[in-house]
Amino acid sequence: MSDASNARPAAGRSLAIGLGLAVVGAVGTYVGLTAFTADDGWWKYAVVAVAIVFVYNGLQRACRAVFGPTFQFGLWLSIVWMGLIVSGAVFADLLPLAESRDVSKALLEPIDLRPNLFSRHPLGTDGQGLDILGGILYGGRVSLAIGVGAIVIGVAVGMLLGVSAGHYRGWLDRTISFVTDSMLAFPPLVFLLAVVAAFNPTIVTVTLALAVLAIPTYIRLARANTLVHAQREFVLAARALGERDRSIVWRELVPNVALPVASFSVLLVAAFIVAEASLSFLGLSVTRPNPTWGNMIAAAQDDFRTIPHGVFTPGAVLFMTVLALNRIGDAARLRWDPREAKV
Amino acid sequence: MSQAATDKAPLLQVENLHTAFDTPAGRVRAVEGVSFELAEGRTLGVVGESGSGKSVLVRTIMGLLGPNAVVGDEGRVLFDGRDVHQLDAVAARHFWGTEMAMVFQDPMTSLNPVKRIGQQITESIRFHVGANRVRARERALELLRQVGIPEPERRLEQYPHELSGGMRQRVAIAIAIACDPKLLIADEPTTALDVTVQKQILELLDRLRRESGMAMILITHDLGVVADHADEVAVMYAGSFVEHAPTAELFGDVEHPYTAALLGSIPRTDLPSHTPLRAIEGRPPNLIDPPSGCRFAPRCAYRTDACEAALPPLAPLLSATHSVRCIHPVGGARRAAAAVSGGGA
Repeated sequence: MSDASNARPAAGRSLAIGLGLAVVGAVGTYVGLTAFTADDGWWKYAVVAVAIVFVYNGLQRACRAVFGPTFQFGLWLSIVWMGLIVSGAVFADLLPLAESRDVSKALLEPIDLRPNLFSRHPLGTDGQGLDILGGILYGGRVSLAIGVGAIVIGVAVGMLLGVSAGHYRGWLDRTISFVTDSMLAFPPLVFLLAVVAAFNPTIVTVTLALAVLAIPTYIRLARANTLVHAQREFVLAARALGERDRSIVWRELVPNVALPVASFSVLLVAAFIVAEASLSFLGLSVTRPNPTWGNMIAAAQDDFRTIPHGVFTPGAVLFMTVLALNRIGDAARLRWDPREAKV
Repeated sequence: MSQAATDKAPLLQVENLHTAFDTPAGRVRAVEGVSFELAEGRTLGVVGESGSGKSVLVRTIMGLLGPNAVVGDEGRVLFDGRDVHQLDAVAARHFWGTEMAMVFQDPMTSLNPVKRIGQQITESIRFHVGANRVRARERALELLRQVGIPEPERRLEQYPHELSGGMRQRVAIAIAIACDPKLLIADEPTTALDVTVQKQILELLDRLRRESGMAMILITHDLGVVADHADEVAVMYAGSFVEHAPTAELFGDVEHPYTAALLGSIPRTDLPSHTPLRAIEGRPPNLIDPPSGCRFAPRCAYRTDACEAALPPLAPLLSATHSVRCIHPVGGARRAAAAVSGGGA
C-alpha cells in the first residue's frame, strides 16, 4: 500500500516537471525562431538548439511518467516522424498545399517568406515563391520511392540469388559469388555517373541504379546467413522428417534469412535516402522543377545568408528522417537478433 | 547370425557401412565397416568418445550426409527388409519420419527459431498423415502432453526461444515421434542439457519406448546412460565397433581393452577424494591415415606386434551375442562390475 502511495506522487511530480520542461522548451524554440533573421547573431541558433533539448527531455520524462520507465521515447518519436513523412508523401495531392513545383503558377506568391505555421506557407517559400512544405512532402515522395524501391528490388534479387548460392553451392555458388565480387569492386559513384549520363535521371533510372548497387550486398548477406542456417540441426531435422528440398528452402531457410535482411534493410533505406539527396544535390537525380530534398538544398544554397531556412528546412527533414530510420533499424536489430544470437 | 537369440527378422539390418569425407587434408574415414542388427522394440546404445564416428554412423543410416561425404557401395541398410538407400524419392519422403525418425543433440539448434512450436509439430503430421488443421492440432496437444510439457495449449503458440533447454528437447522428441516411427535414433539427446534434465529426458524416452514399442538407437558418450537405458551396447572407436553385446553381458564381462579403459576412467564416488582420475593415454588416431592394424593399438597397454600387423575382425567371443574386435581380450569382469555399479547418470 505504502509503495503505491509513494509511487503515485513521484510519477505525478515527474510528469509535472517533464511537461514544465517541455513548455519552457517550446517557448524557447518559438522565441528563437521568431527572432530568426540573418542580421541577428548565431546565438539564436544556440537558443533554439537548447530549447529543443528541453522539449525532448521534458516530453521523454513526461512519457516515462505515464507509460512506465522503460518507454523508448526516441524510438516512438522516430516512428511518429516516419509516420508523418510517409503519410505526407502518400497523401500530398490531397493536402491543401500551395504550389511547390510550377513556377508559373507561383508568380503571385511572395518570395523568401519566413516560416509561419499559421499561414498558407507553414514552412515559408523559396526564392521563386514555391511552397517549401509542399516541396518537402513531394520531395519525400521521391526519396522514399527511390529508397524503398531500390531496397525492394535489391532484397528480391539478392535473396533469390544469395539463398540459391548458399543452398545449392557448387558451380552456381561460384558463378554468383564471382559476379558479386566483381560488382562490389566497381566504384559506385562512377557507375551512378555513367547511368545518369546514359539515361535521363528519373525516379525509375535512379531506383534501378541504386538497386544494382544494393544487390551484391544482399547476395552476400543472404548467402552467408543461408550457409549458417543450413548447418543448423533444424534443417537436418526437417530433412530427417522427409521434408522436400524446395520446402526446406522456403520454410526453413528463407524465414531465418529474412530477419537479418529485414533489419539491415531499414538501415540501407536511410543510406539510400542520403545517397539520393546527394545525387540530386549534384543534379544527378530527379531535377527541377520536381522538388527533392537534395535539389531544394542545392537551389537555396546561394541565398543561404539571407534565407537560411531554404537550406535548413529540407536539411533538417533529411537529417530527422535518416536519424529516425537508423533508430528504428537499431530497434529492429535488437528485437530480432538476440533470438538469432542465442540459437 | 549373431542375433540368433531373437526369432523375428530384425527391424534394422546394417551391413558393412563405410563413410568417408573428402577434406582438403585428405579423405577422413569416419565409419569403417560397421554391421549390426536391431530387433523390434530393442534399444541399442552406441558409446564412444568424440570423433569416434557415432553421429556419422546414424547420419549415414538416415541418409543425412553433406555433399562431401562418400558412402561405400558395399554397405547396405535394410529396414523391414527394404533397402532404405534405394527408395525412390516419393517413398523416401514418407519413409523418413514415419518409419525412422531422429532426435538431435542440441535442442537449441534443432528447432527452427522463427516458427511457432505448434507449426513445427503439425507440419509433419499434416504432410505424412494428411490430417487437417484441427486434427493435427489435437494430435500436437496430445503429443505435448505425452512428452510431459505443461500448459500445451500455450506452448503451441510459443517460439523455441521462449522455452528452456529441457522443454525444447521434449518438443524435439514430440516432433520426432509425431508419426509413430518404428525406429527412433537419438543422437546424444542429453549432452547439451543439465544433469537433472538429462535424467528426465532419458526416462521420457524409456517411457515412450515402452508405450509404443518402437526400437531405438541411443548414441552417447556416457557409459552410465547406456548401462541404465539400453538393451544392448556397442562400443565404437575410430569408426568401427570394437565390442558389441547385450548390456548385462558387456558390463558383466568387459573384453576389449578400450572398453575396459573407458570404464576405468569413470570418476568414482566410493574412492577417497583427491584420487587422480584415470585417463586413457594418448589421443584417438588420425582418421585420414589410421594405424594399419588395430586402431587402438597405439594407446593399448596389452599391445603386441601382432596387433599392428592386421585389423582384427569383430568376432563372437565366449557367447554368440558378445562380439569383440581384439586378439588380446582382457576379460576384466571384476574391475568392470565395480565401475558400473557406481556409474549410473
